[in-house]
Formats: sequence, C-alpha cells, structure tokens
Amino acid sequence: MSILVNSDTKVICQGITGSAGAFHTKGCLDYGTKMVGGVTPGKGGLKDDNGLPIFDTVSAAVEGTGANATMIFVPPPFAGDAILEAAEAGIEVIVAVTEGIPVADMVRVKAALADYPGVNLIGPNCPGVISPAESDPCKIGIMPGYIHMPKSKASTGKAVGIISRSGTLTYEAVWQCSERGIGQTTCIGIGGDPVKGLNFIELMDMFQADDETDGIMMIGEIGGTDEENAAAHIKANITKPVAAFIAGRTAPPGKRMGHAGAIISGGQGTADSKIKALTDAGIAVAESPADMGDAMSRALGLG
Amino acid sequence: MKAHEYQARQLLADAGIPVPGGIVCDNADQAKAAFEKLAGEGATLCVVKAQVHAGGRGKGGGVKLVKTADDALEAAKTMMSKPLVTHQTGPEGVPVNKVMVAAGVDIAKEYYVSVTLDRARSRPVMIASAEGGVEIEKVAEENPGAILRQPIHPLMGMQPNQARTMAYQLGFTGQQVKQAAAILMKLATLFTKLDADLVEINPLIVTPPTDEHPDGQVLAIDAKVTFDDNALFRHKDIAEMFDPTETPASELKAKEFGLSYIKLDGTIGCLVNGAGLAMATMDIVKLHGAEPANFLDVGGSASEEAVTEAFRIILDDPNVRGVLVNIFGGIMQCDKIARAIVAAATNVGFKVPLVVRLEGTNVEPAREILEKAQSDIPTMQTATDLTDAARKITAAVPAEAA
Repeated sequence: MSILVNSDTKVICQGITGSAGAFHTKGCLDYGTKMVGGVTPGKGGLKDDNGLPIFDTVSAAVEGTGANATMIFVPPPFAGDAILEAAEAGIEVIVAVTEGIPVADMVRVKAALADYPGVNLIGPNCPGVISPAESDPCKIGIMPGYIHMPKSKASTGKAVGIISRSGTLTYEAVWQCSERGIGQTTCIGIGGDPVKGLNFIELMDMFQADDETDGIMMIGEIGGTDEENAAAHIKANITKPVAAFIAGRTAPPGKRMGHAGAIISGGQGTADSKIKALTDAGIAVAESPADMGDAMSRALGLG
Repeated sequence: MKAHEYQARQLLADAGIPVPGGIVCDNADQAKAAFEKLAGEGATLCVVKAQVHAGGRGKGGGVKLVKTADDALEAAKTMMSKPLVTHQTGPEGVPVNKVMVAAGVDIAKEYYVSVTLDRARSRPVMIASAEGGVEIEKVAEENPGAILRQPIHPLMGMQPNQARTMAYQLGFTGQQVKQAAAILMKLATLFTKLDADLVEINPLIVTPPTDEHPDGQVLAIDAKVTFDDNALFRHKDIAEMFDPTETPASELKAKEFGLSYIKLDGTIGCLVNGAGLAMATMDIVKLHGAEPANFLDVGGSASEEAVTEAFRIILDDPNVRGVLVNIFGGIMQCDKIARAIVAAATNVGFKVPLVVRLEGTNVEPAREILEKAQSDIPTMQTATDLTDAARKITAAVPAEAA
C-alpha cells in the first residue's frame, strides 16, 4: 500500500485554467492519476484541454465528480482561501503547491483547519505527493513521475517512504534510491514554508503503520526545529529504519536561502544542531547529498 | 524585508506605543539642527545612531552620545563618511546614509519584548525578559529561565489577561503595570497588522521616578521590525520603506529576474534549481574542499533569458574561479538550461572551468545540445552525478585559488 493517496484517489485541480495548473493537470493525467476535474470561479460548465469538467466551486466539483483530493495552484493572495474552501467541501487530501503565501494567512488557515480533523494538508510551497504503482499510480503535484519506482519493480524488493522539505532535492533522493533498486511507497514534499500542513512526525507515524513501507528517508534543511522534534519522535516511536539528510551546512546565518522557512535565526535552526539530534537518535545521516541513497541502503541492511 | 530603526520607531509610535522623539537626518548639518531642536525641548544629552539594518552598531562606532550640537555634527559626519563595519556586515561594511538623533533618556531598568512566529506551534509568540538592553540570544543561552514566552492565539489575538500577567511576571509594579500591559497588547496587534516576521523593543525601559510620574514611565527606546516578504503585496506603504543600499547590487539584479541569489565568499559559483538542492550543492562543494561563491536557485519556471542572466551574475563576481551547474529537472526542463549555457557562452563567455550536471526532465535533448557546443566551450565538462560534479569542479580549480 501507500499512504495518503492511492488508486482510489480522485483529484481535482483548483486553478486548473492557469498555466501551471493546466500544465501539471496534464502531467498528473499522463502519469496515471485519476484527475476528475478542476475549479476556476466563473468558468464552471466549461471543459479543459483534456476534456475534464470545470466547476465554479469546490463543493460543486465534489458533488459532480466524487473528488477526495485537490491540487492547488491558486495565486498566493487567494491560496489560503482556496485551502479552506477545499476543507469545507469535504476534500480529504489538500496539496497546496502555491509558493509565496503570507505566513499570517497560513497561521489563520492552520488554526481554522482544527475544525476539520479528517483533512490532510500538504504544503504549501511544495512539490506534492506521489504513490508510484505498476497499475493505478497516483501523483498529485509537480514532480517528474518517471524517476519513481514502485516496490513491485524494485530489485531489492524494498520500498521506502520519503518525506522532504525540499522539491528538487527530493527528486535527487528518489533518483538515488531508484538507481539502487529501492522503490518508494509514497513520497511527500511537505514544503519550504515555516507554517505548513503535515510535518515529519505525522508522516513518520503513517509510514510506520504502513505494511509495505520498509524504511523512511527524511530530508530536512536549515531553519526551525522540525528535524530536532522529529528525531526525538523517531527515537521514541519509529521502529523502521530511517535515513536522513540535512541541507544547508554551509548556509550563513540571517540569510533566507530561497525557502521562506530556510533561515538560521537567533542561533536556531542550524544544520549541525539537526544532524546532531538525528545522529543522537540513532538515525543514519548522509554526510553528502550524493550519499542519500547509500545511507538508505545501509539503514535497510542492504550493505 | 527589514525596516530601519527610525522607521520601526515610527510604526510603534503610530500604534500608540510611547517612543521618545527622534529626528532622522540625511546629513551632518541636519544632525546639528536636530540636537538644537531637542535641546530646546529640554534634552541635555542626545544619542546619534547610524541607520543601518545590521546589528552590533554600538561596538562598530554607529552609536555616539553627544552633549553639544557641534558634537552631534561631528558624530554624524564621522559616521556618514565611511561604511559602518559590525560583526553582522562583513569586512566591507554598509553605507550610512541616514542617522537618527534622539534625546537621551534616564533609565531605571531595561526590559526586552518581541513578537515573532513560533514555528513549532504555528502561531505568534511574545517573548519577554527583564534582562533587557542586551542580545536576547545571549540571555537565551546563558539564562534561559529569564525568558518568558506567551503564545498568541491566531484568531483571538493577545488577551488583556495575558499582557497583564506578563507585565507582573516581568516585575513591573504600581502604575507601570498598566503602561507595560498596554504596550504589550499594542505590540501584538502591530505584529499582525504589519504582517511582520518580527517586532521587537529592546530596550523597553522604565524611567526613574519623578514628581509627575512617581512610578516612572514605560518607554520604547530602540525598535526593530522585519516584514514577511510574501505579504508585501498588501502593504504598499511598507514596501516603499525598502532601502536597497544595503543589498549587494548582484542580489538586486537577481531579484529583478526572479532568481534567488545570495552572494557568499567562496570561489565556486553554483547554479541550481530548487532551494534545497542549491543548499545541498553548496554543501558538497565544501565537502570536496572548496567554498561556494553563492547560493543561486533559478526556480522552476525561469526563462532562458533569466538563466543566462544568472550566469552573468555568477561570472561578474571577481572571486569566482569555477562554475558548477546542478539541475534536477522537474518543472525546469534540462534543455532550457543547456540552451542558456550556450547563450551565456556566446554573450558572457566562460573563461573559468564549468562543470555541468543535468538530470531529469528533457535530459536527453539537453545532453545533445551540450555535446554540440562542447568545442565552442572548451572549459566545459559534464558530470554524471553529484559527486562526480563536485570532484571535477574542485579538480579544475587550482587549490590556491580555492
């Protein structure tokens, strides 16, 4: 199995008529995702280039298609509202790809989401989630699908779950695993913002409970204390092998390294502190970004 | 984005927080006049403060106490005559274009208070300490028990009981409690209203007792405000406060082209897509014994023109002795990068070694483009993976240069 998304996941795209929304809706369809429609207010009743129905509201899209997941490409000023609209309409998996949402908006959205305990928000500012499978794979987001490997095709017979704050660095990790014959059950980019939906800990628990997942790779970066918190959680609760990499050892303090959340401030959030916390928790931390696949291999006992 | 002290003090004053008057000056003559004005209002002592974003101004000579108008003029002249170097600016320092002259205030006790984001709890948090006037990071390290934290509800905002409790816990007494609690409430509101990353008063002070104020007055002396860049679209007035003079020209240029670029001190220029991979690329350069010259994330949707500009920015850095390109194509298509490399070779020229590692979307056509261009770009090598790339670039750049 996989976590969060699988062959039963029916996906809509909020912002389907924008250039990014349209492009990645096609990309997800091509990968095999059950894309069932999209939402753009004012364009309800039309169809997109793939023949998917467009709705004015998320609730109409849910009613018309039975969608249970959404991929959001709505521009930053309106993206927080789009997340809440999806939650209100009963969508269970909300993937917010949008980059640049004001932090204060996400603070309020996150507080409001407490009213919707069944909702899983991924992101924002993230590549999305993918569960590769030989038949009925599901990709919700912007990652290149072809680098991923389902467990059934993995030469080692093993598959791992991957959780990452970064986009392209996740692709690097996935590619290194696939090259070594390690498949993936589900890969989640949790996003580079300081306030976000699912975090390392919740996803670790999901992977721990998933029978197909043999190990977990986490990719963190400078800023905040999520990795330190995850390390403590892994030590206490996760029995599956875990490998990790932390980006930003060379990053200077006080400078925001691209991601809104990737900043060392007030002496907190350094790579060294995170690496130490993970190592102390007995987790295999890759020294170099080129060794992420090998670290996972070693953690799985593949030599 | 950071505000200058004079701007931050104004924002606090506008929010109803008592801030002693300060006069911002563009030149030394204005500083002299400012002293005379403040002296006319009863000040016997003034402080001249360089208006730069960097911390550590005092030790760097950016803060001077003055007792006469001529001293104010001299202090301002000295400060504005050369870049100010502090432990936060780097050896080249930052230009001082403005100074602020403020009346000296008698201080009985100093406090620290700020509001920032508590990332772990996804909500604002007020941080306060009765050990004010010093760096809060130091207090946090040496005496963590001296720091109070009050989470603020994202939808309710700070409650009067929370502000009151904090004022008592900080040790305010008598009439001070009401004054301090009001300031804490206003500061919390201001954080949200401004879409700030940080609002900080350091020090918040109590003045010695007088006949008029037997319990002293609670005043904000120095203030710091930084803003959430992502929210500037709804704060035009704040966006106008941006002072480009403290940002390197290369970073401003990069911003114009939608590139995320930060200049560093090393010799290996890095061009990468994605912030995480860009940091990881810097890390692997360092692991192989060299130092990165920059952080550069071209993003997912940069045009060929923007990527060409990225090469120009990297190559304009005189410290750069070699360039490492690391692209894992997702949204970004590798062939676009390959074409930009060819364009940069023509328009800018690669005199230094160039190592290119491409993987992901459209990697095959990209490799063909580079193969064809190889003879025109003799300094270029291609790499198969990250380690190979790091090895090749560090081998190509002489150790003494690195």
